[in-house]
Amino acid sequence: MSMATEQPTQSLPQGVYLEKDIDAGELTVNIGPQHPSTHGVLRLITTIDGEVVRDIEPVIGYLHRSKEKMAESRSLFQYQPTIDRVEYLSAFFDHYVFVTSLEQIAGLKVPKRMQYVRMITMELNRIASHLLWFGTFLLDLGATSPMFYAFRDREKIFSLFEQLTGARMMYNYYRFGGANADMPEGWLEGALDFCDDFEQRIDEYEAIVTKNPIFLDRTVGVGVVDAETLIAHGVTGPTLRGSGVALDQRKDNPYCCYDEVTFDVPVGQNGDCYDRYLVRMAEMRESLKIIRQAVRQIPGGDTADLMRRRAEGDEAANDIELQIAGQKINLLTYKAPPGEVMTTVESPRGFLGCYLITDGTPKAYRCKWRGASFSNLTVLPLLMKGRLFPDLMAIFGSIDVILPEVDR
Amino acid sequence: MQELLTQLITGFGLPAWLSFFLWAVVLYGMVAVVGQVAVVFMVLMERKVLAWLTQRKGPNRVGPWGTLQTVADGVKLLFKESIVGPGQDWFLFTMGPVIFFAPSFVLYALIPFTDRLVGITMPLGLLFVFALSSLSVVGIVLSGWASNNKYSLLGGMRSASQAISYEIPLVLSALGVAVAAGSLDLKTIVEAQNQGPFGLFSWYWLSILPVSFVIFHIASIAEVNRIPFDLPEAESELVSGYNTEYSGMKFAMFFLAEYASLFAMSALVVVLFFGGYYSPVGGLMLERFAGVHDNTLLGLEMVTWTVLKTYFFIFFAMIIRGTLPRLKPDQLMAFSWKFLIPLSLLNVFLVAALKMAWMTDGMLLTAGPFTFNLTYWITYGLTGLMTFIVLVGFGQLFGHKQPPLPGLSAAGP
Repeated sequence: MSMATEQPTQSLPQGVYLEKDIDAGELTVNIGPQHPSTHGVLRLITTIDGEVVRDIEPVIGYLHRSKEKMAESRSLFQYQPTIDRVEYLSAFFDHYVFVTSLEQIAGLKVPKRMQYVRMITMELNRIASHLLWFGTFLLDLGATSPMFYAFRDREKIFSLFEQLTGARMMYNYYRFGGANADMPEGWLEGALDFCDDFEQRIDEYEAIVTKNPIFLDRTVGVGVVDAETLIAHGVTGPTLRGSGVALDQRKDNPYCCYDEVTFDVPVGQNGDCYDRYLVRMAEMRESLKIIRQAVRQIPGGDTADLMRRRAEGDEAANDIELQIAGQKINLLTYKAPPGEVMTTVESPRGFLGCYLITDGTPKAYRCKWRGASFSNLTVLPLLMKGRLFPDLMAIFGSIDVILPEVDR
Repeated sequence: MQELLTQLITGFGLPAWLSFFLWAVVLYGMVAVVGQVAVVFMVLMERKVLAWLTQRKGPNRVGPWGTLQTVADGVKLLFKESIVGPGQDWFLFTMGPVIFFAPSFVLYALIPFTDRLVGITMPLGLLFVFALSSLSVVGIVLSGWASNNKYSLLGGMRSASQAISYEIPLVLSALGVAVAAGSLDLKTIVEAQNQGPFGLFSWYWLSILPVSFVIFHIASIAEVNRIPFDLPEAESELVSGYNTEYSGMKFAMFFLAEYASLFAMSALVVVLFFGGYYSPVGGLMLERFAGVHDNTLLGLEMVTWTVLKTYFFIFFAMIIRGTLPRLKPDQLMAFSWKFLIPLSLLNVFLVAALKMAWMTDGMLLTAGPFTFNLTYWITYGLTGLMTFIVLVGFGQLFGHKQPPLPGLSAAGP
């Protein structure tokens, strides 16, 4: 991989590239940074021989926004609203990993109720992210309709988020030691309604797509990769699980309240695009399971109940575990104690990590992001060697890379 | 009408040969107008159908129910700058859309909308249709090359290979029709399907050429570059394929011609396999049930049937577009060369045998008072078997590699 540096010189006569390449028998096609299916601003310098891809070189850096340097130049609270943009399709995960890092350094305790809220929002966000992936993956394969269906359901999740946080994609909801506010009344019911609705929808999608002969032809046996290679490249998430490794932070290193709910980790067998598709579809079902259990188990239940109990003077309703934040901190003057911590969560794309060093000032000394997409992208050239040109879109879609997370 | 024009020309004291050329202009103008109107409607229809398939409303702002949306789009494209970039061959770049555009509209002139309303009547009409429809590929390849763009070049290359692969089964399956009808004239083919009292069931799609119909329909979708065969303009890989570099009216010509050829191909399916201008109950409804013998009214009914049936197949192609993903080039080739072409070759032989059985006595088997034509029944059985192979094999060809579903395993400590 190389950063974007050189531009083709303007002095060369137009058309020279094309003719020269054809004489050599190979054609260098510059896919992106503006291209319908690079999912952002990825540039792929592709050498093709007819329809066969000989070589591929991803060029990244077009969306670099100095997220890590920004942490060092402003206070932690000023920095927090900007980290939604690290990975905008699943912004709750970014927030969670950053907030948790500081909570561990400062020893802030998060109320149980808020931990459950975090879990529910993250799982809903995982579904939203996988839905977008479902739509775009099928769009890359040439099917236009799934995109609209996926967006319809994603819209329902977004309206839930809008009720909760006031924003549809850039939430900025979690706070150090808790969250911004408690859920609106009836929000949990809305989440359950979504689960019931979506369970039928996902059956519908699978009925149309999963056994479609053309879809099978495009994905089965395409982009096959073994687990060792993926681990060597640092690939995580559904892409790794598609190759049969049940590596999931939620199981291996339960954060939040994931040890209090039961769910399965779906794994594939063949490590091809089709298995990665199946794993993600199964993961959406598992997320539904988690949301249902969490809604059932959440301490305090619905906010309306909690408010009523508090109004009636029920002492148990004022328990610290049912508060919005475990400890009130003054955002303007807060200085985190010196410390160093690395937190990872299982984001929809794999391990999302935040390595945070604080030095007793309001700012972070260092904030390093570990994006899953960056590591997952490294395996693309390996998978593409000798494959056909249209497979590029299937494979690139199936490893689910999002460019803001690659560049940060 | 040609006579009228000739009278007019000679009446002005002009030479008679001028009317021949003028007639061509007038005819093409009429065909183009009819074609444009059909295309404008089809674009709106496609957007509405796709919207219906994907739970949207579709265009609904310009005019009532968005009916003027396509007109607005057309006007927009008309006024846009037609950019020719540096390094692009201006002449070929301009000729590409023209070569693509012209044949697809001429095809309208060959379709018999009624027994009288045919732009050009020619004994070799079917052959001319294929000659024209393969000509449009030249336009794609040319514009792909002249664009000086690698995506366009790839799209043009794909288009050429696709055209070669799918025109063979297209022509071979239409050959079965020609054999069955004993003519290449489209009107004769339509008339030949109006035999017997069964209407819908005596048309070629069911009576003798079910395999031809399936192959022809698949190949015709490939011929007009629609999903799942829209490889020349696969937007997820090739941005927009051969028309990436085009803007303004040049792009609009590609756009119009695509829909025009979709209409023409659907109309051809109707003419070859679905009884053309005849009603599904056999003959014409007005004539059979109301006893009308007025030529104008009967002509109107014929046009209605042709257009209705054609739009049924257009609608079908639109539903396919909203449902299926795109094939890969190698799968596209394999499907044509390994499956469609052998099958259509076999089909031609079977149809020829069936025709022989009809024309000659064939092998007659007399059992008591009944006489069976063995050749007829054997070929008919084989055709039925092949239909089964087509329908089952289509799924099997793609579905045989399906792996076991991944096991769900509870992992963790």
